[in-house]
Amino acid sequence: MADTMAADAGTRRLTVRIKRYDPEQGGEPRWQEFQVDAHPMDRVLDVLLSIKWNQDEALGLRRSCAHGVCGSDAMRINGKNGLACKLLVNTLQGDVLTVEPILGLPVIKDLIVDMKPFFDHYKSVMPYLVNDDPPPTTERLQSPEERARFDETTKCILCACCTTACPPFWGNEKYVGPAAIVNAHRFIFDSRDQAAAERLEILNDGEGVWRCRTVFNCTSACPRDIHVTKAIQEVKHAMLTGSTSLND
Amino acid sequence: MAALEASRRVGTAVVSKLYPTRSHTGAAQGGIAAALANLEDDSWENHAYDTIKGGDFLVDQTAAEILCREAVECIYDLEHMGLPFDRTVDGRISQRRFGGHTKPNPKYDPSAPAGTEAAKPRIPVMRSCHSADRTGHMILQTLYQQCIKQGVAFFDEFHMLDLILEDGECRGIVAIEIATGALHVFHAKSVLLATGGFGRMFKVSSNAYALTGDGPAIAYRHGMPLEDMEFYQFHPTGIYRLGILLSEACRGDGGIMFNGQGERFMERYAPNLKDLASRDVCSRSIYQEVRAGRGIGGKDYVHLDIRAETMNKYKSSPLHPDQNVDSHWVEKRLPDIIEFARTYLGVDPIKEPMPIQPTAHYAMGGLPTDLDGRVHRNARDVVPGLYSAGESACLSVHGANRLGTNSLVDLVVYGRRSGRAMADYASRVEFHSIPAHPEAAAKAAIDDLLGRPRTEPWARLRDEMQATMMDHCGVFRTEETLVKARDDIANLKQRYQRLGVQDKGSVFNTGLLEILELGNLLDLAEATVASALARRESRGAHSREDFPNRDDNAFFKHSLAFANGQEGARVEYKDVDVIHVEKDGERVPKYPLEVRKY
Ligand SMILES: Cc1cc2nc3c(=O)[nH]c(=O)nc-3n(C[C@H](O)[C@H](O)[C@H](O)COP(=O)(O)OP(=O)(O)OC[C@H]3O[C@@H](n4cnc5c(N)ncnc54)[C@H](O)[C@@H]3O)c2cc1C
Ligand code: SF4
Ligand code: SF4
Ligand code: FES
Repeated sequence: MADTMAADAGTRRLTVRIKRYDPEQGGEPRWQEFQVDAHPMDRVLDVLLSIKWNQDEALGLRRSCAHGVCGSDAMRINGKNGLACKLLVNTLQGDVLTVEPILGLPVIKDLIVDMKPFFDHYKSVMPYLVNDDPPPTTERLQSPEERARFDETTKCILCACCTTACPPFWGNEKYVGPAAIVNAHRFIFDSRDQAAAERLEILNDGEGVWRCRTVFNCTSACPRDIHVTKAIQEVKHAMLTGSTSLND
Repeated sequence: MAALEASRRVGTAVVSKLYPTRSHTGAAQGGIAAALANLEDDSWENHAYDTIKGGDFLVDQTAAEILCREAVECIYDLEHMGLPFDRTVDGRISQRRFGGHTKPNPKYDPSAPAGTEAAKPRIPVMRSCHSADRTGHMILQTLYQQCIKQGVAFFDEFHMLDLILEDGECRGIVAIEIATGALHVFHAKSVLLATGGFGRMFKVSSNAYALTGDGPAIAYRHGMPLEDMEFYQFHPTGIYRLGILLSEACRGDGGIMFNGQGERFMERYAPNLKDLASRDVCSRSIYQEVRAGRGIGGKDYVHLDIRAETMNKYKSSPLHPDQNVDSHWVEKRLPDIIEFARTYLGVDPIKEPMPIQPTAHYAMGGLPTDLDGRVHRNARDVVPGLYSAGESACLSVHGANRLGTNSLVDLVVYGRRSGRAMADYASRVEFHSIPAHPEAAAKAAIDDLLGRPRTEPWARLRDEMQATMMDHCGVFRTEETLVKARDDIANLKQRYQRLGVQDKGSVFNTGLLEILELGNLLDLAEATVASALARRESRGAHSREDFPNRDDNAFFKHSLAFANGQEGARVEYKDVDVIHVEKDGERVPKYPLEVRKY
């Protein structure tokens, strides 16, 4: 193997443009520029944290796992939604890095938005298994095929990259948005669940799946590579046919 | 788990500095251990033996037996809640192998020539229940979903700053609402600390930024002891430099580590289990290879190889010897791992081996708790109303070294037990009074930090702490390195007293919180180094080069580190819980001490 790790390909001077907003100062958001020497293998998150730790401790952003599994650091990076910890400097075009908060949710401070409306939509689709039969003494059986049916939508980390990339959501905050539909899908197609009909009813509402105009922004935004639009289509299909069976 | 359990009977609130779904349990990859015996013979007794041996006999044995016995029903419980485990062809929960999990070899023959199959007293067993390589994510999601279903109250992005302790009892907590900066007092009958690990103490770690040990550190400052802090686990396979974990499932599924000479070096260190020896053994072996100049290109890392052709060559996958594997099988078993390597290393593990080094991973130590999760103030007495579970607690079921997949099962089994116990307690007692201004101390600390100018970046102190802990209190230790670490930490604690915050705002002042978290890590580092200095033996993850052997006469006991002002930390000891059985009319230990070999 090429010794990629040790090859210190040298750092690169980036101009980082960040959309700042300080609620305690009020006024309009403003753009601020920072200069950072970044290593090609650095994550965008590393670049932002280096600004926070060395230049401006007030910079507001969320982060935790730093490897794309917790869903904390969704932001708009060079115009596209993504997780700052999953994007490496060596994938950036040019020497300017532009970072702003995700759209469609109220900005609290700098890159931090209010996630409550997002989680409220998530909670509205009954995102939990419903099965009122007394459970067996061991596991309920489920075939590998039945399990595969909803595998993809179990990967969701509730980062909101998809929902905040969705034009209908920008125009209408009442739309449940793709992430909530993905999480409904996760249960609608689980052979052990008994509340598919209720969830489909919820999503059939005026602010449900029919708001989706199949723009595909959500799918390209998803850092977990979930085919969000496909999941939405499957939910629509189940609604029209009234069936969630494997053979549909 | 505890909240879910408690909320069935009493009003329950969860206070979390992260949105709960952001917790680091979501990063757990490989699986959760339980002897379901879905794919081959197994028993909870096998699991208990492995746990006790894996912990180098510092495990409290009753706690370990309960863990392994209740694991089985807890897994079914999780399945009933909707956890999407992978399935076997007949629809049952799928299981895989993991380091240190074994069963007796039915073909064992003590007279068989070394190296043959029959010469191995124990062989690997498929015990880890999994959902691809994102089992922790599924557990976290499932428990959160069930909490929503049950209407548990959540205070998301509230950061606990202090415990309310009155008359020796815990009566609530003080937390800051991160979005506003407001301080809130939570008056409670019982409080459970489940703040997770503190790997951010070290330079290279698999732990999230949020893992700063807030719960144990706050309790320590209130005079409570921290148990077995010298035992900190370094996981052998972290992504070089970043520390991001590449699960042990890689090796459970047949992955192999190679040094710079292309040699499968684990054959020398653990002739029976090889790459599946327990973590402390593997991490030390990597360090020794690197020290001997046998790292890749002479550098400080080795390779982890999960290519199908490698597994086929060494017949190392669980399908062998009957069947070969192909890259499709590998991709299906380890999808997230492969993606991490592609994203963060720019290496495609289907085609190339991955550069790895040991990464600070898991705290065996923490708040001393009993079988109901009650926190103890010393070797005997509990603190009424105070509980702990998960990585912040030390039961101790992991002893000197935790086996892979045994943490998730600890969270679930003892989360459930503590949840029940704290609900019992809360329904029995009245609310006891709290002082007029329990938030006064937290407020004063914050005002101090806001009132002082920024003298030096706090992040510099953090970097120095992480470097000294990694270099001087890491995989290998000696009196000399530990004294250096102790002095460094004492010095950093002094500088810490002078830090000021640059951001004077109230809304999402995360700079302020990061400084407070650093303070917590420094206190835990102090306790860790003091406990490591006092333990003049090598056991499990604690490896003293100046005392290379286990010394059961002097150190078959748990350490308890107490805060002791300027002096650093004071270390006391308590006994290990040992089960005795009748044998030939005599009371003998059920798990006799043995030399740990893999
Ligand atoms: C990468 C990785 C992979 C792993 N894989 C496995 C595996 O396959 N099998 C296994 O058994 N174990 C595994 N482990 C270990 C296991 O995942 C952890 O030990 C376990 O998840 C810890 O859970 P916890 O509930 O104690 O803490 P966490 O899940 O980390 O949760 C801590 C919680 O405390 C909250 N908190 C912390 N401080 C405060 C504060 N001051 N105020 C308010 N809230 C606070 C946080 O918001 C968070 O919600 C792995 C660990 C890592 C790092
Ligand atoms: S496909 Fe539907 S949900 Fe996705 S972005 Fe487009 S409109 Fe929104
Ligand atoms: S579907 Fe993808 S983009 Fe949307 S919230 Fe889930 S993980 Fe994020
Ligand atoms: S910090 Fe967890 S997803 Fe980026």
